[in-house]
Amino acid sequence: MELDPVLLARIQFAFTVSFHIIFPAFTIGLSAFIAVLLLTWMRTGAEKYHRLARFWTKIFAVSFAMGVVSGIVLSYQFGTNWSRFSEFSGNVIGPLIGYEVLTAFYLEATFLGILLFGWNRFPPWLITTASVLVAIGTAISAFWILAANSWMQTPTGHEIRGGIAYPVDWLQIIFNPSFPYRFAHMLNAAYLTTAVVVLAVGSRYLLAGRHNEESRTMLRMAVGMIAVSAPLQLVIGDMHGLNTLEHQPVKVAAMEGHWSERDPGHLVLFGLPNEETRTNDYQIAIPHLGALILTHDWDGTYLGLTDFPEEEWPPVANVFFTFRIMVGIGLLLIATGFWGLYLWWRGRLFDSRFFLRSTSFMWPLGFVAILTGWFVTEQGRQPWVVYGLMQTADGTSPVPAASIAGTLALFVFIYGIVFATGIYYINRLINAGPKGEATDAAAGLPNRPLSAAEEATREATGRPHGQGPGGPLTAPKG
Amino acid sequence: MEWYLPVIWAGLIGTAVAMYVILDGFDLGIGILFPFARKEEDRDLMMNSVAPFWDGNETWLVLGGGGLWVAFPLAYSIIMPALYLPVIGMLLALVFRGVSFEFRWVAKPTHHMWDIAFTGGSIVAAFLQGVILGGLLQGIDVADGQYAGGAFDWLTPFSLFVGLAVVAGYALLGATWLIMRTSGPVQELGRRYAPTLLLVVLAAMGIISLWTPLSIGRVAERWFATPNIFFLWPIPLAALLVAYGIWRWVERGREVLPFIGTILLFLLGYAGLVISNVPYLVPPNLTFWDTAAAPSSQIFFLMGTIFLLPMVLGYTAFVYWVFRGKIAPGEGYH
Ligand code: HDD
Ligand code: HEM
Ligand code: HEM
Repeated sequence: MELDPVLLARIQFAFTVSFHIIFPAFTIGLSAFIAVLLLTWMRTGAEKYHRLARFWTKIFAVSFAMGVVSGIVLSYQFGTNWSRFSEFSGNVIGPLIGYEVLTAFYLEATFLGILLFGWNRFPPWLITTASVLVAIGTAISAFWILAANSWMQTPTGHEIRGGIAYPVDWLQIIFNPSFPYRFAHMLNAAYLTTAVVVLAVGSRYLLAGRHNEESRTMLRMAVGMIAVSAPLQLVIGDMHGLNTLEHQPVKVAAMEGHWSERDPGHLVLFGLPNEETRTNDYQIAIPHLGALILTHDWDGTYLGLTDFPEEEWPPVANVFFTFRIMVGIGLLLIATGFWGLYLWWRGRLFDSRFFLRSTSFMWPLGFVAILTGWFVTEQGRQPWVVYGLMQTADGTSPVPAASIAGTLALFVFIYGIVFATGIYYINRLINAGPKGEATDAAAGLPNRPLSAAEEATREATGRPHGQGPGGPLTAPKG
Repeated sequence: MEWYLPVIWAGLIGTAVAMYVILDGFDLGIGILFPFARKEEDRDLMMNSVAPFWDGNETWLVLGGGGLWVAFPLAYSIIMPALYLPVIGMLLALVFRGVSFEFRWVAKPTHHMWDIAFTGGSIVAAFLQGVILGGLLQGIDVADGQYAGGAFDWLTPFSLFVGLAVVAGYALLGATWLIMRTSGPVQELGRRYAPTLLLVVLAAMGIISLWTPLSIGRVAERWFATPNIFFLWPIPLAALLVAYGIWRWVERGREVLPFIGTILLFLLGYAGLVISNVPYLVPPNLTFWDTAAAPSSQIFFLMGTIFLLPMVLGYTAFVYWVFRGKIAPGEGYH
């Protein structure tokens, strides 16, 4: 069998970027959560907020470190795997991605250092300010990278000369038509995902009867957050879908399993899209609801797959199923939010073992929804890499399939180890739980998140202080 | 007004690369020297001496690579596929080595495998960086604005040699770093190996300085054509003087000067490479101007960089200041 270099390059890129996004999504949400905790602490003076903030900061450090390690690889992979795409779009999205890296770099360099290592050095207001700035910074990072990705979905503000895109209007490039929706949807996804993790951890402690005060606070904050952000995610997602219908109608047709404009706009709940017969096998659908959602009209019609040439179809089944997984999780989370609110109202939020047990298993849901959401977006864009301007197959590098296959295998192997260990660390930290009192900071001031991760792990594994790098180095003389 | 923008960007990226080579050079060097320390506590100390710095050092690599795409998209899109295997291999080696910084401590006392990962990752990363440099110097096959060679064009005796030279160079940086930052047996280790490494590095620099002009016409012309040679001869001379200085400083037990001297030696070598190749970004035929991004893109990114770069530099300096001074044996891990 001939290996297809385009397919391999896509798999390799999808693998590394999927690995990457898990951690930034968590750091975006967690940094905001920590900022809120510290602000509340400043306002109320209640010690539990302080303890919680310190606890989550350790987890933040590990996650951030994984984000950095996997992000470095990505900034080179555009060139190694998609060199023609890089050349074609470098003028336009290069600076946007450059700004993402600079923002992350700058953040890491200053405010994060204060947040991670400054507890015993700086006054609380400075730490709190740093945490707010970190939260804003991660969101700005997301802003730039999503501007770049959205331009690839709905390119505007450029002109093509000699087969290369040139910037004409930066504002139009950054604020391209799908950007506001994608940015809002992704940012909210990060907050929602983090709230679900916080909820699961709180439930886990309550079930085990540990850290009662802290876990009640976590539970209340998380339920409140989910009850707001999960429905909001549905609303933004709906608007996002309408925007996509306007700019990328084939993608929506694949998401909906909608084959022809003449078909009634059913909302397909389940089915197996069949590209041969151009129908969905075993379909279960709610009549007219699809039309109502997408056109806000009971009898509305919209284009289906067969209204486009088959070469322009994305992989229908993948888009169809990943979309359903994401929306399914979204609906489940909405239900969870309301269930929690109801129990809270009845005063049974902390006693319903059924609720606690169910939610304690929910922590991966947000991540799965984020990944499947990206799969909808990116696979739905196929066969284009820059929608309408450059096909994926034309964006590749002149690199033989064997090179890509070999390095892909190495990626899988090495990321497997790193990923497993990262999760293992985070899990250990969570098992260890929030600490009673602030411990002494190391004498030195380690400047980098990875040393903080180290520090945190050591604490989690119960190793005496300073048994590793990042432990107290000689204090500066004089 | 357009000609100077690519020059500014070439300067910025050149600075980022130089920062990277020197900063990550010494901590990769520690990894390369790791096997020469037999005792566990010596290894612990070596690792401790770079632990607070290494991941900050690596961020310069992102700025170099990211900056290349932003400012010179054509160069980026030719160099990366041409050097596909060494680039990806280097990134993976860095990931592997990076995590072993942490895993080694957690795995104790069964940390042997992470010692190997740390050394292996450091050596592979350093070696492949040299191979990348060599592959670039020897020239890249370009047709129609694209890489036109095969998967292994970079693999030549020359690039392999440069790879080994970089390993030796980083090891020298590492050894002089140990002399500066540690005492006791670990400092002894630095002292013991620094002279040998210095000789190897000098020999390698000499061989590369002869090899490139002999095999690449334009380099010979750059150095030996008549007005140039009058201005350029001080560079090799300065390199020799600095090397002599390092030798004496190590011998006389100076602690800081050998490291500073090694940095100077690196900078002189770097200057030599720049002189040989300016203004080519993708030797032998694409210059800064040929590969530059649209002026509007270069300006757009320049605005942010000019504002943020000084802050990053300032912070880096601050951290090294906070961590100045020596780590005595045992002190790093109580
Ligand atoms: C929605 C947010 C988001 C998305 C879609 C991406 N990233 Fe990212 N990235 C971040 C949000 C983020 C972050 C939150 O800003 C990180 C996480 C840890 C960090 O240092 O910043 C980060 C880190 C990070 C780093 C490390 C920077 C450093 O050295 O500190 C690089 C090089 C990249 N990213 C590059 C990319 C590329 C090339 C992407 C596209 C394929 C990408 N990221 C997708
Ligand atoms: C971080 C979340 C992201 C995830 C999970 C993700 C996921 C994916 C997946 C699954 C593919 C393969 C699609 C296919 O070939 O079928 C892909 C392709 C690609 N993505 Fe993303 N993506 C993300 C963000 C981005 C961003 C922010 C950019 C650029 C700014 C980007 C640029 C690309 C490119 C260039 C390709 C390769 C060409 C292609 O297959 O269309 N991605 N991504
Ligand atoms: C509740 C119902 C939801 C709806 C109706 C919805 C709708 C959508 C749509 C239409 C897209 C495709 C955008 C495109 O055309 O490219 C999308 C993408 C995405 N979704 Fe959702 N979504 C929902 C829930 C969620 C949840 C719960 C999460 C995560 C916690 C999530 C995360 C994402 C992400 C990360 C993307 C890719 C980035 C983007 O294009 O915004 N979504 N969503």
